[in-house]
Amino acid sequence: MKEMSRIVKTVTNFVYGFIIIFGFYIIAHGHLTPGGGFQGGAVVGSAFALLLVSYGSLNSREFLKKDILSLFEGFGLILFIVLGFSGLGITFFYNFLANSGGWFGDTAIIGVNPGNMNTGGVIPLMNIAVGLEVLSAFGVIVLTMASGAEFTKKKENS
Amino acid sequence: MIGNLPYVAVVIFIGLGIYTLMFKKNLIKIAIGVVLIENGVNLFLITLGYRKGAIAPIYTQAPSGQAMVLPTPQALTLTSIVIGIATTALILSVAMMIYKHYGTLDTDQVRRLKG
Amino acid sequence: MNLSNHIPILIIAIPLLAAFLVPLIGRINKKATGIFTTLALSVSLILTIALAVKILTVGPQVYVFGATSPSLTLPSGLKFPIRIMFQIDAMSIFMGLITAVISFLGAIYSITFMEQHSGLDKYYSLLLLLTVGMFGMEFTGDIFNFFVFLEIASIAAVALIAFRGVNLGEPAEAGFKYMVVSSISALMVLFVAGIFYGQYGLLNFAALASVIKYSQLDMIALGLLVPVLAMKAGAVPMHMWTPDAYSEAPAPISMILVAASQASLYALFRVVFSLYNISLNTLTVGWIIIIFGLLSMFIGVTMAIIQKDIKRLMAYHAVSQTGYMLLGVGVGLAVLANPEALKDYGITAMEGGIFHIMNHAMYKGLLFLTAGALFFRTGTRDLNKMGGLAHYMKYTTIFFIIGAAAIAGLPPFNGFASKLLIYESVYRFNPLLSIIAMVVSILTLASFVKVFHSAFLGPKLPQFKEVKETPRSMVFAMAVLSCIIIFFGLFPDLIVKNLVHPAVMSLIEQFKYTGTVLGGM
Repeated sequence: MKEMSRIVKTVTNFVYGFIIIFGFYIIAHGHLTPGGGFQGGAVVGSAFALLLVSYGSLNSREFLKKDILSLFEGFGLILFIVLGFSGLGITFFYNFLANSGGWFGDTAIIGVNPGNMNTGGVIPLMNIAVGLEVLSAFGVIVLTMASGAEFTKKKENS
Repeated sequence: MIGNLPYVAVVIFIGLGIYTLMFKKNLIKIAIGVVLIENGVNLFLITLGYRKGAIAPIYTQAPSGQAMVLPTPQALTLTSIVIGIATTALILSVAMMIYKHYGTLDTDQVRRLKG
Repeated sequence: MNLSNHIPILIIAIPLLAAFLVPLIGRINKKATGIFTTLALSVSLILTIALAVKILTVGPQVYVFGATSPSLTLPSGLKFPIRIMFQIDAMSIFMGLITAVISFLGAIYSITFMEQHSGLDKYYSLLLLLTVGMFGMEFTGDIFNFFVFLEIASIAAVALIAFRGVNLGEPAEAGFKYMVVSSISALMVLFVAGIFYGQYGLLNFAALASVIKYSQLDMIALGLLVPVLAMKAGAVPMHMWTPDAYSEAPAPISMILVAASQASLYALFRVVFSLYNISLNTLTVGWIIIIFGLLSMFIGVTMAIIQKDIKRLMAYHAVSQTGYMLLGVGVGLAVLANPEALKDYGITAMEGGIFHIMNHAMYKGLLFLTAGALFFRTGTRDLNKMGGLAHYMKYTTIFFIIGAAAIAGLPPFNGFASKLLIYESVYRFNPLLSIIAMVVSILTLASFVKVFHSAFLGPKLPQFKEVKETPRSMVFAMAVLSCIIIFFGLFPDLIVKNLVHPAVMSLIEQFKYTGTVLGGM
């Protein structure tokens, strides 16, 4: 697809950083506020789609590479399953970090509270794994569809 | 009566989705029909949890002494939306593959498998 | 940490972990992906056999995710069965054994069948995800978890059917049809989960079974659930996706898709027997399932006789054999409320139907693999172009004869055992049904004689002069299936007494199903 005009590219340069940061904020605070792994990953993925649309599929191949995004997707998935296996002492997916005093281990207050980020146990780590996986998956899907459309257009025009 | 309006909307969504699936001939419109049915079912799941005069089921900085809506259907709907994205991405990719080989998106002409 | 308590989840978690590791291994070495997949599925197979021995001796098992007990105890003393759990009884592990054997053999066959394709790491990853979806559908204990695993299996299956669509157009068309059909059925299952949740506040099968009242909403739920699950299993009149999907998929995937359709059939039986049981009008619903079965048998086999494409013919036969399973279990359901008829012929009919599930997976898998072997060596699936291949491919001919004799119901093979159980018990219920079943069996034999004659018999054709025998891993997979078919045919009593009868009793006795979860509260 062709690139868009200079105004669109300038606004994208300003905005895409904020969208990515906002997406990571949603991923990290998933156990306290609405959001979590998938929602935050979808927001970061929409930042990738914005970059692809405004710079065109040929130019964006320089900074959005499919292999690296694929690699991150694999890492996110493996981290998720390993976190599931590590609770295997009691049962699969057991929250072995909750209320234990270690990483993310403070006891959570039940009822209305101002929100303590250090609680939740395994849940914020799983949020990060899922968020990483979803943002790479969105990037790969959007890039693959763009290159597929390009190939078909080339065949049509020839 | 006014509490039943979301259920009427669910029936309209699913009905329109099934109509689009059965009677439209463009492959992309069929994909949109599937998405419409999925949106109808998601709306149905969320509406089931509503309780009158209640707020969102979040404890962080919530006003105290308030009833909250049921959180389980919201978890079910979230899973369903994620699955819906995978379904939509796959169905559109397969439609792109069909366009690449057949040259058309009209279901009357995508009929090499017959009998 | 006592690992033997965790076997149910390891059966699913090890292929899942392998599915995520395969793309990373594919970056290092392309050939190692197939061998790694086979290793992971063989571990799954060994664990399934161990779990089967444990369940058939000790009793049903419950495995809870994320907590120690299946229900949450509130401070007031009220117990809610809210945890996500796996509930495995004799019927689930019966289907689990089928899934484990079929996917393991499919992975072995794929090592040489798919050698020339590119993108193999994605193929093996999707195969492992399809296996995970099937195991999840068979082991799960609540209806929303069933929806999630059903969607995992459907999405993986669509991607595998359209796998050859990079170079050809027809697999993409078949994949599109299958995706639309499976999306609709999964969304309707979710709708029914919503109906159950809104009415009772519970999603667990056992908990629902103890409080279900068969009100108007439950009738609507049953009316949505039975056709939709039969649609995923390939029953007529919802069978339109079956010939396209089974014929355009690569041959090992056709075999695994047969097992995936049977997992939906298992879900249909689980819903009708363990969720509703005698609260519904068993005669009416039983006759509806019997009508589905009769239509599938007859229309499947008559459409199959006229086909020219060998895999499309076998796909129509898959529809027809699904009719046998629906007929047997439908008769069992129709007499469920009548205790002496149940003991007389109802249990035998259900045993025939459920034994037929395992037999069908074995011999239909073998037939699809032989069709794949023919395609691998000759490059065509059209029966008019093939001929005289018995001179060149001796092992494939023998395996095809075994598979064709088994599907037609000839005596020393396993099709005869399950079909005889169905004929005898269905005759006691209504003689006309049994006569239709026997006529369909004769037509099945006729169509396979036609295939054998066109593909294997005849003079040596000049264009097939360089055709050699199939590679060793493909012959190994077909040989294992043939041995299982002959063993089941020679000793059917062993299998029926130890595997099928406990499965049938666990479906009929609903109180054992609910008691495993709720009784232990």
